[in-house]
Amino acid sequence: MKAAVIVFPGSNCDRDLQVALERAGADVKMVWHKDTELPKGVDLVAVPGGFSFGDYLRCGAIAANSPICRSLVAHVERGGYALGICNGFQVLTETGLLPGALRRNANLKYICKPVSLRVEACDTDYLAGYKAGQEVTVPIAHHDGNYYVDDAKLTQLQGEGRIAFSYVNNPNGSVADIAGVVSKNRRVLGMMPHPERMAEASHGGTDGRAMFDGLVSQMALA
Amino acid sequence: MKARVHVMLKNGVLDPQGEAVRHALGALGFDGVEGVRQGKVIELNLADGTSEATVTEMCEKLLANTVIESYTIELA
Repeated sequence: MKAAVIVFPGSNCDRDLQVALERAGADVKMVWHKDTELPKGVDLVAVPGGFSFGDYLRCGAIAANSPICRSLVAHVERGGYALGICNGFQVLTETGLLPGALRRNANLKYICKPVSLRVEACDTDYLAGYKAGQEVTVPIAHHDGNYYVDDAKLTQLQGEGRIAFSYVNNPNGSVADIAGVVSKNRRVLGMMPHPERMAEASHGGTDGRAMFDGLVSQMALA
Repeated sequence: MKARVHVMLKNGVLDPQGEAVRHALGALGFDGVEGVRQGKVIELNLADGTSEATVTEMCEKLLANTVIESYTIELA
């Protein structure tokens, strides 16, 4: 499985994401935001956490309009996989590839701590390594992770089973405790928590590893 | 020419920063502040003759996230 990790000025989880994907067996290339084309034959484009372009204007807004993101949108429109974590999730909502938006945390604080997530009954390759209903511990580290969709969209997401992860104890005010959602075709996942930062024993836990292992093994079957 | 774009969170979208300002005003003794909404103002210096439609396009593509924000444009 071939993956590309996009690097923006201000990305800071790009190498963690690379390590997590490589460990799961992916062949990973790093791609600079000014590049206009993704590496040939890429299956998964991963958008890392961090503070792309200093979070100026809105988190992810400038990154979403960078040259490489045009190729990212085209990749997804062709049916390609894309994963956005933290700032990457903000970028994916800004491109319109995922619904909703991430607002300032309800308590206005930057929150950096491990949280419990519930794996929802969401049929996607990203969750192949988990069981529905399972609780996992993964860190969050964000100031703007307060997920918003309007009531009609929320009903649609729930009806279509597109909520991938929920917070057990909502830390940031997100609508319906949502921590991660998938696209209609289930090949794009955005989530605020950082599974790549909970993927080795030295991280203090390995609950995030199953996401990369499950995804890579599912894609190897395809 | 100049354009001034006001970007606000849409009505119905909770504005935690505005709420914090409202609480702070109450703590300073200003009674009766029933709501505060905080937005941003973006000033653009534009070539003469730039149309409002172009500024609208800028808002739709970049300056506002219309999922949660609304905008108004003043041309001067």
